This record gives sequence, C-alpha cells and structure tokens, in this order.
Amino acid sequence: MGNSLISLSLAFFLVILLSLTIQSPVSAQNDLITTTCKQTPLFQLCSSTLRSNLQSESADVAGLGLIVVEVIKGKASEALGQVRKLLRAGNPQLKGPLNQCVTFYKTILEADVPEAEQAIRGVPKFAEDGMVDAAAGAGSCEEGFGGKSPITAMNMAVKDLAVVARAIIRILL
Amino acid sequence: MDTNLSSYTRLPDQPTAAPNRRPVKAIAGIFLSILLLSSLVAFILNNGPRDAPNNVPKSQVLPETWMPPSRGVEQGVSEKAFREYSGMDPEYNWTNTMLAWQRTAFHFQPQKNWMNDPNAPLFHMGWYHIWYQYNPDSAIWGNITWGHAVSTDLIHWLHLPIAMVPDHWFDSNGVWTGSATLLPDGQIVILYTGDTDDYVQVQNLAYPANLSDPLLLDLVKYEGNPIMVPPPGIGMKDFRDPTTAWVGPDGKWRVAIGSKVNTTGITLVYQTTNFTSYELLEGVMHAVPGTGMWECVDFYPVSTTGRNGLDTSVNGPGIKHVLKASLDDEKKDFYALGTYDTINDKWTPDDPELDVGVGLRVDYGKYYASKTFYDHNKQRRILWGWIGETDSEYDDLMKGWASVQTIPRTVVFDVKTGTNILQWPVEEVEELRRNSIEFNGVELAPGSIVPLNIRSATQLDITATFEVDKEALEGVLEVDVGYNCSTAGAGVRGALGPFGLIVLADHSLFELTPVYFYISKDVGGGYKTFFCADEIRSSLALEVNKKVHGGMVPVLDGEKLTMRLLVDHSIVESFAQGGRTVITSRIYPTKAVDGAARAFLFNNATGVSVTASLTVWEMKSAYIKPYPFDDI
Repeated sequence: MGNSLISLSLAFFLVILLSLTIQSPVSAQNDLITTTCKQTPLFQLCSSTLRSNLQSESADVAGLGLIVVEVIKGKASEALGQVRKLLRAGNPQLKGPLNQCVTFYKTILEADVPEAEQAIRGVPKFAEDGMVDAAAGAGSCEEGFGGKSPITAMNMAVKDLAVVARAIIRILL
Repeated sequence: MDTNLSSYTRLPDQPTAAPNRRPVKAIAGIFLSILLLSSLVAFILNNGPRDAPNNVPKSQVLPETWMPPSRGVEQGVSEKAFREYSGMDPEYNWTNTMLAWQRTAFHFQPQKNWMNDPNAPLFHMGWYHIWYQYNPDSAIWGNITWGHAVSTDLIHWLHLPIAMVPDHWFDSNGVWTGSATLLPDGQIVILYTGDTDDYVQVQNLAYPANLSDPLLLDLVKYEGNPIMVPPPGIGMKDFRDPTTAWVGPDGKWRVAIGSKVNTTGITLVYQTTNFTSYELLEGVMHAVPGTGMWECVDFYPVSTTGRNGLDTSVNGPGIKHVLKASLDDEKKDFYALGTYDTINDKWTPDDPELDVGVGLRVDYGKYYASKTFYDHNKQRRILWGWIGETDSEYDDLMKGWASVQTIPRTVVFDVKTGTNILQWPVEEVEELRRNSIEFNGVELAPGSIVPLNIRSATQLDITATFEVDKEALEGVLEVDVGYNCSTAGAGVRGALGPFGLIVLADHSLFELTPVYFYISKDVGGGYKTFFCADEIRSSLALEVNKKVHGGMVPVLDGEKLTMRLLVDHSIVESFAQGGRTVITSRIYPTKAVDGAARAFLFNNATGVSVTASLTVWEMKSAYIKPYPFDDI
C-alpha cells in the first residue's frame, strides 16, 4: 500500500508538472501581449484579438499591431458587405447614410489599412494617422444614422479595433 | 518442549532491514506530499484571475490625449501624432465647391496627392530647385519618393518628373529627407536618408547626372551607398535627415545628423573630405535633455550686423549660428541662437533657458520639417517649411491632395532684439500684388468690429499697424498674468487686448479666423505682447482640428504693433513685428469661401481704443503647373 501511495503521488505530481510546463509561456503574467495590451484602453479586446491569432506568440510590437490591422481589414470588409446588402434591400430612409458608409469603409480598406501596413515598421507616426482615420470613419458611418443604425455592432467593432491598433502603434513612436 | 519459540523465528525471505525502512518511507512520503502541495499551489496561482489590468489606475491606461479635444478652449497638450483623435465627430458633408476652394493659388503644392518635408533646396544655373517627400499614389503618406519642381523666382513653380524612387535596398522602404551642398568647384552633393529593406535608417549620397542641365532632371545614387550607418549607441530608427555640409578651418567638411539618446535630443557631427567616407566626431555638437528625437536638424550662420544671408560655411566675428530641430515628440520646430566653436565642433546657446526644443519656435502654428539654404543668387538665407493638413485623412482623400509649403521666407538676425531671427516672405511674392486699398486711422473703440470694404477676401496680402493710446495703456492698472494664446482665444477679453484682423469670415461671422495682439501688463509694470491666430471658430466642420496658436512677440519701446498676413485659401501665414513671431494656420471654412469670404478689423479689449492703418492687396494666382516640355 505504501508503494502504491508513492506511485500515485508521483504520477499526480508529474501530471501537474506537465500541465504547468504547457501553460507557463502563455499564462506568464508579463508576456508581450499582456504588456502591450495594458497600454491600450481596451485590454480585453486587444488581448483576445491577439491571442486568437497564432502568429502573435512570436510577434514583436509592430507585428502585434499588424495583426490587429489585419483583423480590422476583415471586419471592415464584413461591414462593407453588410452595408451593400442593406442598400440592395432598398429602405429609402437608410439610403443616404448607407451610401456614406460605403465611402467611409472603402477609405478604410483602400487607404487607412494600407497606410498602416506600410508605415508601421518604417514611420509609425503615419500608421497612427491611418488608424485615427479608420476609427473616425467607422464612427462617422455610425453617426450618419442619427441613432437608428442597423450596423452598430459592426461599426463599433471596427472603431474599437482601430483604437486598439492606434494605441499599439503609439508604443512604437 | 518449547513449540512457542519457533513462531518468533524470522522468516528467511524477509529483508533484515525491514524495521529501518519505515522512517525513510515516511520521509519520502512527506517529501512527495510537499511537492504535490506546492505544485498544486503553483498551478492555482498561475491560473489565477487575470484581472490585474482592471486594477491599473485609469491614468496609466488612458493617457490624457485619449480624451476627445474640447470644443472650446484648448489646453496646449503635447501631441506626438500629426492628427488629433477625432472620436465620434461626424465628417462634414463637404461640397465639391468647398473642397476645390481649399487649394491654394500661390503656395507651392503638387498637382495632387501627398507631400511632406521639403528636401535639398538650392539655386543652380538660374533656377531655384525644390525636391520634396511625395507619394505619387495617394493623398495620404506612403510610397515616399522625391518630387521635384523649379522656379526662377521662388513663386512661379513648374513641376518636373519624380527625381528619386525607392529602388535600391538602401532606400527601398523610403527615400527620405536630405539636403544639398554646393561645393566650390561647382559640384552638387545630395545627402539623404534611406530606410533600408530592413527598416534601418542610413545616409546615402546622390548627385546630378548632368551638372550642365539647369533643370537637374536626373539624380544618380552613389553605388557605394550607404555612406553612413547608425553608429554604436544610436538606434537604427534614430538616425536621419542629414544637413547641408559646411567646411571647417581645417578644410574638412562637416555634416550634422539629428538623433537621440533615451529622451535627450542630440546632434551628431560627421567629418569628410570626399563625401564618400565619413568619420563620426567624438561627442555631440549639442544635446538637450527631455526633448526627444531631433528630426530635420538645420545649422547655419547669421550675420549680427548685415542684412544678407551667409553661406553655410561662413564663420568669424559678427556671426552667430542658429541650431534648429524638428521635435518628433511634439511635431514642432524649435530654434536657438548661439555660438559655434569650430575647433571642437560644439555649439552653445546664447541663453540656455531658451535652448533648442525648450525656447523659441520657428513658427507657432501648423508647421514642421523646415529647412534653409543659402541663395547665392541674391545672397539670402531662405527658409522652407512643410504645412500639413489639419482636416481628416478622409477629407484629404476626398479632395485628392494633402499639404502645402510656405511661401519661402528670408531669415536674418534681429539686430534690434538680439534674441530672435526675423522671417519674412521673399520679396518676389509682392509681384502678385494688385488692386491695393488703404485704410488709414481707423478708430476701434473697445468691443468694436469693422468690416473691410474689399472686393474679395480669399487671396490677400495685408500689412497692418495698430496703435494703442500711450496714456490709456499706462492708465490700465490691472495685472494680467498667465496669458497664453492656446488657452485663450479672441473671445477672452482683457483690458489691453485682443485686437487685430479677422480673415476668412462670412458676413454674419458664423465662421471667422481672428489674428490678433494681446497685451498683458505684468506685476513689475512692464508689458508682454502676445500674437495669436484663433482657429476655434474658423469652420463649422467638426472633424477639423481647430486650435489657438501663437506666442509672445518682443515689442521694443516706441515700436508700433505691426502684422502682415498672407491669406491664400486654406492657408494663412501671419507675421508680427517684421517676422519676430510667425504663425501658419490651415483654415477650412464651409461658409466663408469664394465670394462669401470677408475680412474685418476688431478690438475686443475692454480698456483701450486702438487705431489701425492697413494696406490690403489682392493676390494674383502663381499658376503653378507642369514644366512645359512640349513647348520646347
């Protein structure tokens, strides 16, 4: 019985040791993602966005910024798609603001995102300008509906991510 | 017979040490339990609540600059970004008329797309040249190349083809800012920063392919580039914008490059005899703690007696040297006057309280990356400055362009004060003047506003003099301390100010841009004069960044208050006391455009009347266009 107690304890100990080893690098209190996201106003969004991307584990700060910019690209495309879909649905009251949103999101996709991608490693101050503009664009699209926006969640997603990206880029300044 | 004895005999297969094993087993058991327990505890700790960020005080996570700018009076918050956070401010619904109006009539700008720093200005074979940071593809920054233009008079510019593109490994991520040096034998050496394919900042050499081409159309990059790489102790991204070179008493050339060590802004000096190999001089030419990275360093002599400009290599008695830096952390240009020790290559400010980065600004408005050159054609030191946009990137993409350059300014030492340089638009701009109207002795009682009866108000050159009654000035007893252009504005009334001009206003003053003086009496009975440009109500558009810009201007006993304004659509350049204090503003009216624009005189002081005399000229367009190659 003493024998099996030792074996059991050993086995249990090994299991715990193994799980600790596996968890350590990701859950260490001060990894780069944590310290970077602490410098943004939306820690949870920043952290979850970065951690759900495998490349974030080996990225430097500029790389983390690029990951967020990439996510913005995806969300902005989604938003643009939804805006166009709503335009096809033909509600006359929404037509004006929806058309504005098309322009705002095209700007984000064709100008702001490429500017940030190009500038982030070379001249981060211009990458910051791009993200300021992206946040403003999503915000302006939302404002255009005067409180009755059909795409609030999408607009806020893009805006919040742009706010996070800007904060990350400011670290590089 | 003792049969009980046999039961106490040890069985042969039992280990003899059996009784000794019990303590070891116990120790092993305890040891393992402790291990288990500690690993369990460690396991729990590592997976504990990750709520630390919520416990971080808000001030660490949300720096002050996150707060949306107040719609009213602005605090002069230092801001590293070129653009403010516009938050939820909706974009103004610009019409094509409004946007088209914003393009300037006589300021240098490319036909479309993005521009930033001026590069390598020079005069060669009858032509003034300017190259500039240019994005050929978009109205926002990117794909930076060297654009190029020429002019015979610094006003009528002709666009030329792009001079340099990022086509070598040593500049593939950007052909950045640089300067030209004209050698005594007629050669032209261009030094510029390249951002390499690895994002390292290096200095490169380029030169005109054909010196007998007055247009200098083709530039050749030295095949041995880069000629300077970041030295030990200097960050790979903290090494850019080489200056024009100057020759020392030992016959060797020197070039300055701005950088930083931690938060101390510095100027490095390199020495060369052939412009292909360089030696970093020990120490730094100068350093100022807390100023951050020094971009676009400029270093040049001014005469303390004469009115002419000086070649960059000139030195001797009756000469001071200006050291200027563009502070990356604040996006502002600062300068200081001082003395250059040519033996040790060190520069010392005349007044350490007004050192580079903590004292005088070259221009108190929207202005950056300025650079001078010696115009040997007319013996002038000429200053270029990049004026970016203060609207949103979205606006720039809509209108298809961003940025202008100032009208080139002459720079001389201010002999009267001894503490400032004087900047003044080059006299060639006066060739655009026409239809002058004079207003003499206009009395402005406290709280008055007088419309100027002029034909049009979008392209103007105005010179104005303001006189405050001396007795009234001295009669004002109240002390006024702590005045600051950026925290006040034209609506804040004092006994002795504000008073001045209002430009780019509509007739009902929904939109207006006051440019004014404000005199404050200090405790000792002396006066401080401020010169400010107030953009707060310059436009109804919310996404436009609107501030009150300005600073103190020295006014000597017996001097009248004078200002000169160049109004050119969306840019206003304002000069006080002959150029002692200068403010450049970007204005984007929605109402005060074209024929609806007006100008006024005003006096919002409570305690004094002001007498104004002014001359207003309309300004012709400079018709800046592409070089007419086909007409040759």
